Amino acid sequence: MSLDPATLAAILAMAVATFACRAAGYLVLRRVQPGAVLRAFLGHLPGTLFVAFAAPAVAREGWAGMAGAAATLVVMRATGSVPGSLFAGVAAFWAVRALGP
Amino acid sequence: MRIAATRAGFLRGARATLPLTVGLLPFGLVVGVLAQAQGLSALEQVAMSALVFAGASQILALELWADPAPIASAVLAAVAVNLRFALMGPALAPWIDAVRGWRRWLMVGTIVDHAWALAIAEMRAGRHDALFYLGSAAMLWSAWLITTVLGHALGAAVALPRGHPLFFAAPACFIALLVPFWRGRGDAAPWAVAAAVSLGIGPLLPNPALAVVAGAVAGSLAGALRDTAGGGRG
Repeated sequence: MSLDPATLAAILAMAVATFACRAAGYLVLRRVQPGAVLRAFLGHLPGTLFVAFAAPAVAREGWAGMAGAAATLVVMRATGSVPGSLFAGVAAFWAVRALGP
Repeated sequence: MRIAATRAGFLRGARATLPLTVGLLPFGLVVGVLAQAQGLSALEQVAMSALVFAGASQILALELWADPAPIASAVLAAVAVNLRFALMGPALAPWIDAVRGWRRWLMVGTIVDHAWALAIAEMRAGRHDALFYLGSAAMLWSAWLITTVLGHALGAAVALPRGHPLFFAAPACFIALLVPFWRGRGDAAPWAVAAAVSLGIGPLLPNPALAVVAGAVAGSLAGALRDTAGGGRG
């Protein structure tokens, strides 16, 4: 069990930043009504953020990444099961990578 | 409106949340395995999961982890993914106001999707017990620690090499969550902008977390400006 100072600093910084996000809503957003553009912006944020993260991860892996992403999406859409979709995505990714050049 | 804060409410919140903890298992395992693979000790993993308590931001930060630990990208990942918690505060504010002292800030510090959704459902059903929220959050927090610790132990036992296909589970978590996030055809253009910006300018930026933030901001801004143009549809 070790606790590296740099790692601990990064973890604490993440914890403070996350607490600030949580507290900002309670302390600030209840008094200041965000405008229409900001509300629309925040509404789009979860989806665009996940796309912005997933796109390079998929592109980096080429065909295997695309097969894995497609399988994940199809199974999630069909069954709504996160474990099932992760299993299908990893399996498709693994299979294409094993078969590919 | 009369808001209670009772032990019974706490227990009801914990009980209502128990079935949802099953859904945390895959995310917790992914976070634990990823943390182990990126060189976090069991204690460091527990510290992160206990203090940050926000799965998606932990996955993103851990994907971008390096040695020494990258403080800037960890903070960027935390803010980018967890900004949504700010939107949950106002609806929960009446309950937060109803408790005092450390319990109030514990409630603020444990704002998280599942507990928030259950609390809103309680409010709509006309049941107002602020400790319902803390019971729900405590149940989720415990399950989060257990599943991430399991993941870390699993990662240590199997010792997967870097680049093993199983690590595709981390981006797959985000890809799977895109399905419930999809609100309709209006999301297509913002999502395309986000992907294009992230892929296009990502390699030019000094920090991979910046590519994610740039893509998300560009896509959301494009969507927000389109939605509010003409004043009608937003």
